[in-house]
Amino acid sequence: MNKAMSLSEAISRFVQDGNCIYAAGFTHLIPFAAGHEIIRQKRRDLILARATPDLIYDQIVAAGCARKVIFSYMGNPGVGSLRIVRTEIEAGDLEWEEYSHFGMISRLQAGATGVPFMPMNPTAAGDLERANPNHRTVTDPYSGRDVAVVRALNPDVAIVHVQRADVEGNAQIWGIIGEQKEAAFAARHVILTAEEIVDDAIIRSDPNRTLIPGFVVDAVCHVPYCAHPSYTQGYYDRDNNFYLTWDEVSKTKEGVQAYLDEWVLGVKDRGEYWEKLGPEVHRQLSVKSRPSTLVDYGDY
Amino acid sequence: MTDRSTYSASELMTINAARLLRDGDVVFVGVGLPNLACNLARRTHAPNLVMIYEAGVIGAQPARLPLSIGDPTLVSGALAVCSMYDIFAFYLQRGNVDVGFLGGAQIDRYGNINATVIGDYNHPKVRLPGSGGSMEIAAWANLCYIITPHQKRRFPEKVDFRTSAGFLGGRAEREAASLRGGGPQAVVTNLGILEPDESGELVLSALHPGATVEQARENTGWALKAVDQPRMTEAPSEKELRILREDLDPKGIYLKDGG
Repeated sequence: MNKAMSLSEAISRFVQDGNCIYAAGFTHLIPFAAGHEIIRQKRRDLILARATPDLIYDQIVAAGCARKVIFSYMGNPGVGSLRIVRTEIEAGDLEWEEYSHFGMISRLQAGATGVPFMPMNPTAAGDLERANPNHRTVTDPYSGRDVAVVRALNPDVAIVHVQRADVEGNAQIWGIIGEQKEAAFAARHVILTAEEIVDDAIIRSDPNRTLIPGFVVDAVCHVPYCAHPSYTQGYYDRDNNFYLTWDEVSKTKEGVQAYLDEWVLGVKDRGEYWEKLGPEVHRQLSVKSRPSTLVDYGDY
Repeated sequence: MTDRSTYSASELMTINAARLLRDGDVVFVGVGLPNLACNLARRTHAPNLVMIYEAGVIGAQPARLPLSIGDPTLVSGALAVCSMYDIFAFYLQRGNVDVGFLGGAQIDRYGNINATVIGDYNHPKVRLPGSGGSMEIAAWANLCYIITPHQKRRFPEKVDFRTSAGFLGGRAEREAASLRGGGPQAVVTNLGILEPDESGELVLSALHPGATVEQARENTGWALKAVDQPRMTEAPSEKELRILREDLDPKGIYLKDGG
């Protein structure tokens, strides 16, 4: 089934007020364009889950769309503090639920594989387990020892950006694969954004590269440069300057509002946003080619 | 010629951390100084160091300084890339990591780390980024090294929040918790190196050139013990400084500091 639609239509159809959203991507392939579309469509009371909220959730929180964040590392990666989320948490204006990376990712793994919880070896640190009672302990029925467990996470919507997909949503990713597959299988709805929409034959030429099968996907959106200021391996680089700039911008409410007015509310879509960034940024983010050696699947 | 008479605190810590690594070690690397220390070791005495990044990259050979833990340069030319679940489960939890590097806002007397919050958890005075992978690295890597500047506020008697386990209340308590990893084996600061004694308490075991036991005590929040004759570390060599300054961090993003 052809699931191609605009990102605007996909957000409008699948993201509802109060939903739990998982915008996937560990540093790589973060679907910023979808975050901006959520802001433009003024969703409210969202629960935002991500291992690293990153700038995408800082911006969605700043725009007043969220009531809660679920995370395992709340920083501006490589820069320092994630100012908006941090300030709102310190002020008591935003709910939060916190895990370690493995706890967070284990929740998704459980959700993605259809089991109620995931066991983990003990870490003994203790304080985070006490602070977040969703951490529980069960008895290993084989050894009698304690095992730490976290509950399955099944977001209402996963948003996953990929290098290429066909119109049915069969999607291929390379580079850091973070938790894209887990988020897609765990969620009730999946919005896929892709740098390129390709023919089914391209997907079938390299089936090992397919992380997400089309039948778990609800919407396929062609959104080149969707990940900026994050990156897409082999397509464009991470805009580290922007991550540094955001550290300044997010120091004041006025700065953040001016940014949202100009770069989110002031553009209609990602195409316009990318044009607005201008040729100098395009040049800085361009990457030289370094292809893999082709593998031979054999003709059977 | 590289001037080795002056070097920053960050350079000093990075070089001493690099020297702790052994050739062939599988290291779970963080960005910043640990990344520089590992790359320095790989270019000096440990060419077979295997660098693992929590983003799911194994055997990375970064061609440029990665500014984030998920920089694309970590992927190009790496041995393998896997999911985040796999890197924590197959590699770290299963026991395939020799060395983990850690940092944090506070390190206490028994090497426990706080990277979560200053003040009360529910009403934080300062909200820090949180565990990330720190909780698991501290528990499951065969051993851990900590890099942190030597300041009293960073070395309290007891951490405000125990994000990651050092020796808990002492070595016996960690042993009772049956964690697979051995815990922190060295804390490298700009004054020297602390190592756990038989009770798990961090004790000053080495001093960098020019530093004194008194200085270390003044900058520690508990009554810091020192071994009888603290070892004197070798000053950074010209080669180590040149690799750091010219190859690894030419813009001084991590290495320039107030000294």
